[in-house]
Amino acid sequence: MSEVLLTFKNFGFQYNAQAEPTLYDINLEVHRGEKILIAGPSGCGKSTLASCINGLIPFSYRGEMTGSVQLKGRETRDLSLFEISRTVGTVLQDSDGQFIGLTVAEDIAFALENDCLPTDPMHERVRRAAELVGIGTHMKHAPGDLSGGQKQRAALAGLMVNDVELLLFDEPLANLDPATGKQAIEFIDDICRQSGAAAVIIEHRLEDVLHRSVDRIILMGDGRILADMKPDELLASDLLARSGIREPLYLTALKYAGVQITPEKRPSGIRDIILSDQDKEKVRSWMASQDPVSGKKGGRDLLSAQDISFSYSNGRQALRNVSVQIREGELLAIVGTNGAGKSTFSKVVCGFETPQEGRIQFADVEDWMGLSIKERADHVGYVMQNPNQMISQTMIFDEVALGLRTRGVPEDEIRSRVEDSLKVCGLWPFRSWPVSALSFGQKKRVTIASVLVLRPKMIILDEPTAGQDYRHYTEIMEFLRELSSRGFTIVMITHDMHLMLEYADRSVVFSEGQVIADDTSAGVLTNPDLVKRANLKETSLYDLAQLCGIGQARDFAQYFIDYEREVVRK
Amino acid sequence: MNSVFCYIDRPSPIHDLTGATKLTCLLLWSFAAMMTYDTRFLAFLPVFSFLLFAFSKIRLKDVSFMIGFTMVFMILNNLLIFLFSPQHGVSLYGTCHELFSLGGRYVVTLEQLFYHLNLVLKYLSTIPIVLLFICTTNPSEFAASLNRIGVKYTVAYSVSLALRYIPDIQREYHEISQAQQARGIEMSKKETLFKRLKSASAILIPLILSSMDRIETISNAMQLRGFGKNKKRTWYMGRPFRTADILSIIVCALLLATAVFLNIRNGSRFWNPFS
Amino acid sequence: MKKSPVTTIVAIGIGAALFFVLGRFVAIPSPVPNTNISTQYGLLAFMAALFGPVAGILIGLIGHALIDFSYGWGIWWSWVIASAVFGGLVGFLCGKLKLDDGEFGTKGIISFNIFQVIGHIIAWGVIAPVLDILMYAEPANKVFLQGLVGGIANIVTTAIIGTILCYAYAASRPKKGSLSKEA
Repeated sequence: MSEVLLTFKNFGFQYNAQAEPTLYDINLEVHRGEKILIAGPSGCGKSTLASCINGLIPFSYRGEMTGSVQLKGRETRDLSLFEISRTVGTVLQDSDGQFIGLTVAEDIAFALENDCLPTDPMHERVRRAAELVGIGTHMKHAPGDLSGGQKQRAALAGLMVNDVELLLFDEPLANLDPATGKQAIEFIDDICRQSGAAAVIIEHRLEDVLHRSVDRIILMGDGRILADMKPDELLASDLLARSGIREPLYLTALKYAGVQITPEKRPSGIRDIILSDQDKEKVRSWMASQDPVSGKKGGRDLLSAQDISFSYSNGRQALRNVSVQIREGELLAIVGTNGAGKSTFSKVVCGFETPQEGRIQFADVEDWMGLSIKERADHVGYVMQNPNQMISQTMIFDEVALGLRTRGVPEDEIRSRVEDSLKVCGLWPFRSWPVSALSFGQKKRVTIASVLVLRPKMIILDEPTAGQDYRHYTEIMEFLRELSSRGFTIVMITHDMHLMLEYADRSVVFSEGQVIADDTSAGVLTNPDLVKRANLKETSLYDLAQLCGIGQARDFAQYFIDYEREVVRK
Repeated sequence: MNSVFCYIDRPSPIHDLTGATKLTCLLLWSFAAMMTYDTRFLAFLPVFSFLLFAFSKIRLKDVSFMIGFTMVFMILNNLLIFLFSPQHGVSLYGTCHELFSLGGRYVVTLEQLFYHLNLVLKYLSTIPIVLLFICTTNPSEFAASLNRIGVKYTVAYSVSLALRYIPDIQREYHEISQAQQARGIEMSKKETLFKRLKSASAILIPLILSSMDRIETISNAMQLRGFGKNKKRTWYMGRPFRTADILSIIVCALLLATAVFLNIRNGSRFWNPFS
Repeated sequence: MKKSPVTTIVAIGIGAALFFVLGRFVAIPSPVPNTNISTQYGLLAFMAALFGPVAGILIGLIGHALIDFSYGWGIWWSWVIASAVFGGLVGFLCGKLKLDDGEFGTKGIISFNIFQVIGHIIAWGVIAPVLDILMYAEPANKVFLQGLVGGIANIVTTAIIGTILCYAYAASRPKKGSLSKEA
């Protein structure tokens, strides 16, 4: 085994402000050049562990440390944050918070500037790092002109200028669309191989990280390390399911078909997996035993958009002849890359932007296009991605009541409507709490409640599950499904493929301002051409179907989803 | 697009000067213009600045929007001064040449008109040079320039951060206000002033509180990349001084010296043609 | 909570950016035609109370200077300095408020407002007009009346927006309470 870079021995940590330790009994070694995935649900302590690796603990966050953390043989508490950062480079989850320069070149140069390097060698090293990560042609771009993937590359270049030996990635996939996320994983892998740096990736989207192999997976739960093993061993065990981490879809499918998963079958990647003919036969016969569920849902058209075209004042055309029908009571996903027009479409529906051409008919409302933003909100509710951007009151009740108060509804009617809305959203027990006492997911419900209180027929949600772990994701999505079954029409703008596949009755795919597909989610995600154009990623169910010689990948994916919904959940 | 600077990347001798030079010159120039009311000097500055403007290849239409703003501001300020103090010129210059009366205390005097002429010249001496600065200075160079002229690098970096996050905050404000409008928040004139302020809070609170959360992230990101490690730092956008830089600074220093000299020779900040 | 020097630097940058966006784009029509109400002083008072006098001075200075720059009339130093003085005074006087610990009760509201009124009176009643006279030789009655009108408007906006901000921030701080679900 190669040289040890980082060692945790019987390590524990407790924040000053907290009553209980966040980490217990951490024993962990990271070797030079190794690639490790740390997975675990929200609140399991994986972010705190990251802070212990990069030195934010103990130098930025105060608390009590027990045991030892050594970086290249020296206790981190005896080093300084700056010395640690010469060895450990961190890519934070919030790419806009990480990007502090006015342009790409300045951001890459940041660490060198702080080292007082003269400008000439600095320019040279910045150029080399930029070329290494493939962003050399964007040196003068401002962060606002970059995509999420490009920002991440710039961040990585900013670390590579210093030849760090350990790269730490905090949820690198959180803000990327599926195709870009796939590229990011390939790219992280390539950079580590080239530079010989070790990588520690913190991420709960296990299947996406395993697109390229990792040496070990550390599974965390409740502040402890639950498992530290090779991916194949971990995936063959039932540890994932028990700790609230979603296992790769193809493994779930294999289990439904009754295939026994063992480490010898190399289950950690769909391309490496070894299935016997017997296993493949099991999958095929499982498929044959499924009955097609006629899942068509929804009745008459609720919203009908005809030939919408819209250009921003800077001349950029965001929508070109877009026509979309949304049926009453359905759960619809609108997907596509950033800038494909999916957000603009929802803004046009809500009246935030006025299209130059085309019209929208909503139920039997007369002259929808003539209604103001406020008037449209009585029919269509809009929920932003980050609940912190919507909440302005300190008490939950007041927050939910805000829209009614601005409409001059009498106070006793407000009370009953707010109470109804809180009950629907499962917030009734918290009705007299301040908003600050709630978790992120609960805040999300508050914003949904504050929109539902206006009694709209349809709700549009922007990235409803962004940044949520599997448990919270399931919680939010089951709630939306329940709303849908109560007759609300739910439209989700998303690039989360699991969400599409598992929950959306239908997906409308945007690309470059146009609608390029309108199909079931299984149909979209098993269509390689469509997947490529929309910057999505094929579901691994497609690969599994291919592997088992099933021609109808689309039906296979659909049966899988139906089986999950109908059989497993009940 | 940066909404503070309107940097226009069109090579010219003015663009070639370092940011630090342009900032130093701007300060020297504006202090010179602020210090004296010597009309001859104030008449020379606009002519000089128009020449520089031609030199910089910045066109009038690039800055017409801002010129409009400043003209309105200039006219309003002149009107206000006349409204409040129609005899201010008389008290400054000590003589009184009445021209005609507008009724009441509003008697137009030569001294007052001359004072307003000086005010207008003052605007004309500073506005072109400021516009020149914001159109030819790369915002990326601004923080390095501040540091170069003696501002602590930490403070200079605050300015850079402000420029970096203004577009983000602007966009966020826009998105939040749309979502809040849907809930019925209005800031139009239809509402009472108190209600308008309360509505503004409903937009500003989420905007500001989410920005507070961001402060910690950015501060961590900066420390993890060694910010604050040394007593000084270098700048990617820093450039060495060349002959043209030194010459420009000398010219602007001479302007300031002239202004000081004129004030001493005139015995006050005012050049008085009436005595 | 002890704040690191880098956090203060970042707070100044973000504060100045917010000050700029509020001053430049968040226009609330006022009863006087063609004049808008400056919401940015509510923000400045809040940030100064939270991050102290140095941050207050620099947010006022940088934010106001950037606004002036963006209009193209250069820096109107007298008013820029007045904004900085206001930020500094509020930061200095509000040093005992513990917004970070979630404390902002009636006593806090009263003292915050007394301090912001003192700050505005000194900034717009004294500093801005005196500097206008010294630097720009403007007539005294004009500048003092401008200061008075501006000062009163700023006191009102700070009283509303600044107080709401402090209150909302303090309420958002984690507190160990005894909340329990109601059936």
